Amino acid sequence: MSLTNERIQQRLTEKFGDVLTGFEEPFGMLTLTAQKDYNLKVMQFLFDDEELRFRFLTDITAVHYPDRKNEELAVVYHLHNFQDNIRLRLKVFAPVAAPQVFTATQLYASANWMERETYDFYGIDFVGHPNLIRILNVDEMNYFPMRKEFPLEDSMRIDKDDEMFGRGGNI
Amino acid sequence: MLDQKQHIKLPEGSIEKNTTTLNLGPTHPATHGVFQNILEIDGERIVSAVSTVGYIHRAFEKIAERRPYYQVTPLTDRLNYCSAPINNMGWILTVEKLLGLEMPKRVDYLRVIIMELARIADHLICSSVMGVDTGALTGFVYLMTYRELIYEIYEEICGSRLTTNIGRIGGFERNFTPVAFQKIERFLAEYPAVLKEFETMLTRNRIFMERTQGVGGISAERAMSYGFTGPNLRAAGVDYDVRVANPYCSYQDFDFAVPVGTTGDSYDRYLVRNAEMWESLSIIRQAMDKLKDLPSDVYHADVPAYYLPDKQDVYTKMEALIYHFKIVMGEADMLPGEVYNAVEGANGELGFYLISDGGRSPYRLHFRRPCFIYYQAYAELVQGSMLSDAIVCMSSLNLIAGELDA
Repeated sequence: MSLTNERIQQRLTEKFGDVLTGFEEPFGMLTLTAQKDYNLKVMQFLFDDEELRFRFLTDITAVHYPDRKNEELAVVYHLHNFQDNIRLRLKVFAPVAAPQVFTATQLYASANWMERETYDFYGIDFVGHPNLIRILNVDEMNYFPMRKEFPLEDSMRIDKDDEMFGRGGNI
Repeated sequence: MLDQKQHIKLPEGSIEKNTTTLNLGPTHPATHGVFQNILEIDGERIVSAVSTVGYIHRAFEKIAERRPYYQVTPLTDRLNYCSAPINNMGWILTVEKLLGLEMPKRVDYLRVIIMELARIADHLICSSVMGVDTGALTGFVYLMTYRELIYEIYEEICGSRLTTNIGRIGGFERNFTPVAFQKIERFLAEYPAVLKEFETMLTRNRIFMERTQGVGGISAERAMSYGFTGPNLRAAGVDYDVRVANPYCSYQDFDFAVPVGTTGDSYDRYLVRNAEMWESLSIIRQAMDKLKDLPSDVYHADVPAYYLPDKQDVYTKMEALIYHFKIVMGEADMLPGEVYNAVEGANGELGFYLISDGGRSPYRLHFRRPCFIYYQAYAELVQGSMLSDAIVCMSSLNLIAGELDA
């Protein structure tokens, strides 16, 4: 239980220097941002290092920030070190025009479907993924539905005929 | 002959091939849910498997981006619908963590009771369905009676049975009634004998053991690589339990063991689940004892800005009316922030990754669904095994379609 967020940050900065930025600790979880091409190197280091030992991949997901120029898509990894029971959040930002990010499937078998899901909803192109196809949506879908440019239907819209939906009308 | 062949239009390579393609699912009774496995079988031996999921994908993450926080709770019901209260609590705890709300001890203990009941309800289904899939229907029908009793307890607390929407941000919507406590006591009194009987029937049953031992085994290392959590990981020998690793809801006040297996096969998963049911019973017992020392009228925290007030107060008090209006219209002041919160779901670590920009609904909400993550190991688990073993392996993993697809 000796591993602390400060120690992790120190180890990572020693190794990678300027590649890693944005160290934060929201709700106690160390959060950092890696340059796009370094996500796999950082994760490999976190995995292999005898002190850090982040060998469990909890989650991969993405977030869309349409207003951030050239870093619209964020890929978020949650990693866990079971021995020291400490978690870490790693973020990588990619432009929506070229959302190529290296895959983590060689490191964690669980990354396979998580990356497929992230691709399915956000269109992140995981370079080197063995089978990057849609997983939850239909194969024919030609857009990435969780992106912010696809808003949900306005619940206050009035152009629908309510009678068709079992509400209102003259019954 | 040649003409006929052209007329049928067989897929390329299908004449030469020595294996058979078999669709296990999406509506096969043994899948216990809507998902498909395309198996290549050589006789009865599985050569390879491809899993297809997404049949009941309902885009909850997208829907949640439009809903005020308190309206997300019913969405979480429909993830693992066998233990909906744990999902509800997981979501509520996430929001409370974001807002920094502290719950009174009594609320924590009531939540622990309801979560452990849900865990028992989930595990008893899984364990008894394993019996069904190996040919023993009796245990299933017998244990169902007690799931029914658990559902009656839910009903007494929140009014619904399967998709519970139990609890509110800041506590519970109403206090537990005396009848609810009576029913919990009845459950605690009757269930141990039933579970004992069930275990007597299956645990050392020769047929059951031969059908499950060595079936779908996985090493601890592979299980971790595949992101297994919960009973499936513990069956492989890794003692990771979110309740112990990152205690939430005052789980640190309780004394319980984390059962682990060794081989990670279907039999070990069954044993771990059964052992966990005993631990859950003990936790509920401890919680009921702890409740006796606490004031019996506390069922929510004093956080009027976030806790949906009693309807009676809304009609009679100005402040309650204002807060009610603000919460219902999604105008409650949510704090911006980024939070990951996990609870020990019945299938493993159920995580909620929430990004709030301070608006009325989450900016982004992601569910870490344990089922979805460990189901990808299925192809590896069944490769080279018999078709009937694949069925047992599937039921021992406790796959819930709602949680697979979100």
